Amino acid sequence: MDVTCGRVVKGTSFTQLRDAGDPVELAGFYDTQDADELVFLDITASSDGRDTMVDMVRRVAEQVFIPFTVGGGIREVADMRLMLAAGADKIAINTAAVLNPELIGEGAKKFGSQCVVVAIDARRKEPNDGWEALIYGGRRSAGIDAVGWAKRAVELGAGELLLTSWDADGQQAGYDIELNRIVSESVSVPVIASGGAGTLEHLYDALSVGKADAVLAASIFHFKTYSIREVKEYLQGRGIPVRL
Amino acid sequence: MGDGYLIAIIDYGAGNLRSVVNAIAKVGYEANITNNADTILDADVVVLPGVGAANDTMNSLVGLGIDNVIHKVVASGRPLLAVCIGLQVLFSATEEEGWHECLGIIPGVVRRLPEGRKIPHMGWNQLEQKIEHPIFNGIPNNTNFYFVHSYHGVPEDKLVIAATTDYGISICAMIVKDNIVATQFHPEKSGEYGLKMYANYFKMALESKD
Repeated sequence: MDVTCGRVVKGTSFTQLRDAGDPVELAGFYDTQDADELVFLDITASSDGRDTMVDMVRRVAEQVFIPFTVGGGIREVADMRLMLAAGADKIAINTAAVLNPELIGEGAKKFGSQCVVVAIDARRKEPNDGWEALIYGGRRSAGIDAVGWAKRAVELGAGELLLTSWDADGQQAGYDIELNRIVSESVSVPVIASGGAGTLEHLYDALSVGKADAVLAASIFHFKTYSIREVKEYLQGRGIPVRL
Repeated sequence: MGDGYLIAIIDYGAGNLRSVVNAIAKVGYEANITNNADTILDADVVVLPGVGAANDTMNSLVGLGIDNVIHKVVASGRPLLAVCIGLQVLFSATEEEGWHECLGIIPGVVRRLPEGRKIPHMGWNQLEQKIEHPIFNGIPNNTNFYFVHSYHGVPEDKLVIAATTDYGISICAMIVKDNIVATQFHPEKSGEYGLKMYANYFKMALESKD
């Protein structure tokens, strides 16, 4: 769930965001719908929005008892501590980790690797020429190879990777299977595939051929294309172990 | 709730207590977060939560003198609930980050999960109940609970194993021994059945108080 100013928003581009409700209510809803985990991304990521986000985290933690990750604008260990103390189970860092890779290890040391998720936005360079990592919400190239960065992030202490295909995100035409497979085979921590889910088959492909340990989807759930239960029953029918 | 009661959650400075506190509140009980020896020893039920590394936890517990308090709680027969790292520090020793002695309350060693699967074991996994116990009331066998750990406890006495989970090998996921209940998984992160487990536990633990 993308969050700004204490509200969940949805949309396929930054200029067309619509209010999608109260995060605590939505979190509760998805919990009753058997979501395994939730991710909240603060898309304003400004220092003004920090208190609102912390308050949201606190309220979610009081009502929802499945794991949730908080990301967006986390720049230093103090930010991590704030979110974790408020009740988040994991924090996700993206741009801050690229600009200051030491942050990964610092967070892992203080809070444990299992709390530190490194989110990577990847975009294809040329057909068949690999992927580059993007930062600042996809607005800038970090000038580094995404797969290489994924490996390095794990070496530095990331306990989990949240891998988003920038090309696929919002298109609902499928995850970037190759990207997921290569990264998943290269690291020894769980990899969450993100970006591109449109059909039930896409989710299956990401978890099988794509070797993702988990799939993250937003649009198909926010727009109620599928319910989580439908997704899980489908996956189970195709042999993917799921929690039902 | 009838008579007054005291649930003490041991705060030894590491890790996130909030989820445990919130979950206990959600099922209707008030808990005190404390590292005060007297408060802990006065409690009707003691909770030892944990996130992070076992040896750091041991250092914190020893530093605060709480290791002795835990021994006293166990000796007193009062109910003790240990979660995640809380379970691991009950063992004789852990091989995490070298070799570190732990509380020695459960004979056995804490070992790293075997290679072959992704480590940490992080996610939902089915809990295979090995014994009949009120803590499992209303919780079907093979219900999923949420795990996040890289090490697992191997008790010498297999009879203390109340539940296991499969992660390449069969892992001890829960221990019941005398007045101790310990879970490797996080009931406070395991949704509806996790809350049910807390509800079952505290009902049972408080019913047994003098």
